Amino acid sequence: MATTQSRTLARVMLLPSVTLLLAWMIVPLCMTLYFSFLDYNLLIPGDNEFVGLLNYEFFLTDPAFVESFFNTLLLVGGVLLITLTCGIALAILLDQAIWGRNYVRIMVLAPFFVMPTVSALVWKNMFMNPVNGLFAHLANWFGVAPIDFFAEMPLLSIVLIVSWQWLPFAALILLTAIQSLDREQLEAAELDGAGPFSKFYYLVLPHLSRAITAVILIETIFLLSIFAEILVTTSGGPGYASTNITYLIYTQSLLQFDVGGGSAGGIVAVIIANIVAIFLMRLIGKNLES
Amino acid sequence: MGSINLKQVTKSFGDVNVIKPLDLAIKNGEFIVFVGPSGCGKSTLLRMIAGLEDTTSGTIEIDGQDATNMPPAQRGLAMVFQSYALYPHMSVRANIAFPLKRAKVDPKVIDEKIAAAAKILNLTDYLDRKPGQLSGGQRQRVAIGRAIVRQPSAFLFDEPLSNLDASLRVNMRLEISELHKSLATTMIYVTHDQVEAMTMADRIAVFNGGIIEQVGTPMELYQKPINRFVAGFIGSPKMNFIDVSPKHGDPTHSLGVRPEHLKVTTEKGLWRGTVGVVEHLGSETFLHVNVEGVGTLTIKDHGDCTLQYGDTVNLTAPKNKILHFDANGQTIASLSWQ
Amino acid sequence: MNKQNSQASKLIYTLLAWIIGGLIFFPIFWTLLTSFKTEAEAISASPSLFMFDWTLQNYIDVLARSPYFDHFWNSVVISFGSSLVGLLIAVPAAWSMAFVQNKRTKNLLMWMLSTKMLPPVGVLVPIYLLFRDFGLLDTQLGLVIVMTLINLPIMVWMLYTYFKEIPNEILEAARMDGASIGEEIFHVLLPIALPGIASTLLLNIILAWNEAFWTLILTAANAAPLTAFIASYSSPEGLFYAKLSAASAMAIAPILILGWFSQKQLVRGLSFGAVK
Repeated sequence: MATTQSRTLARVMLLPSVTLLLAWMIVPLCMTLYFSFLDYNLLIPGDNEFVGLLNYEFFLTDPAFVESFFNTLLLVGGVLLITLTCGIALAILLDQAIWGRNYVRIMVLAPFFVMPTVSALVWKNMFMNPVNGLFAHLANWFGVAPIDFFAEMPLLSIVLIVSWQWLPFAALILLTAIQSLDREQLEAAELDGAGPFSKFYYLVLPHLSRAITAVILIETIFLLSIFAEILVTTSGGPGYASTNITYLIYTQSLLQFDVGGGSAGGIVAVIIANIVAIFLMRLIGKNLES
Repeated sequence: MGSINLKQVTKSFGDVNVIKPLDLAIKNGEFIVFVGPSGCGKSTLLRMIAGLEDTTSGTIEIDGQDATNMPPAQRGLAMVFQSYALYPHMSVRANIAFPLKRAKVDPKVIDEKIAAAAKILNLTDYLDRKPGQLSGGQRQRVAIGRAIVRQPSAFLFDEPLSNLDASLRVNMRLEISELHKSLATTMIYVTHDQVEAMTMADRIAVFNGGIIEQVGTPMELYQKPINRFVAGFIGSPKMNFIDVSPKHGDPTHSLGVRPEHLKVTTEKGLWRGTVGVVEHLGSETFLHVNVEGVGTLTIKDHGDCTLQYGDTVNLTAPKNKILHFDANGQTIASLSWQ
Repeated sequence: MNKQNSQASKLIYTLLAWIIGGLIFFPIFWTLLTSFKTEAEAISASPSLFMFDWTLQNYIDVLARSPYFDHFWNSVVISFGSSLVGLLIAVPAAWSMAFVQNKRTKNLLMWMLSTKMLPPVGVLVPIYLLFRDFGLLDTQLGLVIVMTLINLPIMVWMLYTYFKEIPNEILEAARMDGASIGEEIFHVLLPIALPGIASTLLLNIILAWNEAFWTLILTAANAAPLTAFIASYSSPEGLFYAKLSAASAMAIAPILILGWFSQKQLVRGLSFGAVK
């Protein structure tokens, strides 16, 4: 619904964004693809000969890959599960008539502002440290042996830290969504004799589906590439117990300087992300329409 | 100045022809109303005249100049939108000043023009308010004020009253009509409300399915509609249509009688039926009479009608008030208005 | 529900909300508190809440140990710079998609969003090498470029959803009133969309401020923002809790304060425009 002039103008105004994103996506991706077929190590100068799929073979058959693949899924899935369930509960609680809701909201929002490196370090040292951490003090006070979080449950510890960072986000989106729920609908349901659970299940949850979709989509984008939290807490260990794909590729390419292997890993990561993306896009396509 | 000439103008979105080839000459100073059901192309045509929509083929001339491909700002037209389209972040004064500032008018002149427009539109006390603080009627007047300060060669109105409540609508109708009388500028007014069309227009163009069915003065359309569509669209309550089986030598397929021309009679009339719902409006009464084999006929009777639900009545109408339509719904002039 | 009953439930809900809110906030509160303690007090097995000798020594030590203000300035330049440059590129694109829609608009948006799905490690090696070859490693400019690009899809998407709420008729009115495209955007669109633009800008500043993949990998001494400054406290320095706390407080305080002051815009922006 516009004139030829405005359509031409629109194309011109889209050009910078599209060009930049295309360049950002295509150029490095092609380079990664190209490197992934080479025997290319920054430490070993040579003619970087073509080795075909050898890098992929090494990467995919490496037990570390399988482990970090599942770690990635557990990390994303675990954080999503915690932030969504706690987020829904928190949103419902904050939706009630309470005194000082704005102050509670400020407190709940705060972890979102904390940079990953800070939250990982604070949690690691001040809370989860087996000797001087607050949790260790608490355990001693109760007379139980303190848990050595990063030795005994490295991945779960990271999941907890990341969940703390993303809970405010989920809770506040869901709160905004709940607040837009038609109160008359709830009253009508009450008149029809619906209890709190059926009200939640038949009215609140369907109303939240769009917001839940948004949370899943946005969190997944960021969670797939969790990096700093691992770097400053466990460095992926012990062994590969808390290594995700992002971290694995980082160690290969920038710590072992194996550009070829790292690139093959990068391409694999892109493929995995694409599979997730297709799945997610379907989900949004359905839920974010209108 | 403000004559607008449409020559073989068409508009299509992809394969859909929204406006079929159309000619229309709008005279300078005329108040012309485009009326028709929703989706008939009347708003699209208005937006094409404004330059907000491309013209697929044909030419639009404004004051004798080909304006088909001119950008909106150069056409010298002003438009009042359905939602008023006021700038919410600007005061009333800034809203009215906006087009003048864009035209780089001297600030002193701007102030004078705003004061004059505000006086005409009773907005003087509201100049420093934001649109959000105004009532619907006031917002409408601001939108009109923004249009008149530019002294355009023609005003375009896109269903400007449809967001107002009924009583305000009557007032604004009068105000716009008065404005037209005092400015004597061409106005093109789009509406789906035939009452607005009848009361305000010098001429009405009735749109249907992307074509203009008929153009004429309100009374021409009321008295001599060229087809069933126009006959049914103009007039309230709607004209009654009665299907008849065509006789040899008589091409009449259906008859049309306006409610106000049907009379209840004690003698043997043209139709006989039983009274259904009776609607008393005080000044007049609408009777819905069920006639066997014909359907429900609406009769507009005088205010103190005493007929009741279930009464049997005879109905008649003066012969020269009955319209005859042929198989294509075209009015058969020779039978309809001798 | 009678009045007493509802007052009672309000009290219960209030208590519950404050307790949970307090727990969520506690790590930050504890960090701030610890930053004013002595190292001995910080690791004490029976930590005290307020009854300790308040000291600013940790802040002095942290400032002496590394050039905090350089890192701070890098963070400011990178996050504000990339957000503003991003805005310049994203506004025209969002205008096009919101007001001149066609059949491809939806797909284009989805494609832009999908570039966000591209894992950074997929392009890690070439970006690193390209940056090395172009001399962009460890420079503010290099990071502004990267941050602009990785947040561009989010900016376009958010601005698009905000622009969509503005009736096209208002822009058409401006066009009829003789406004050029620039005037239409600057005098009409941007002022009306200001709250949305503010939340877009804020959210992107926060995302860029806290971004900790590219900032850690592409910087060393010169352009390292606060994320990298704090990463240097990973063990063994992290065991000095008081100093770690002081450094952490200094790293998060600017954005925490900015975020709290703009809470209203931010909550709106948090949903990335997906929830009204």
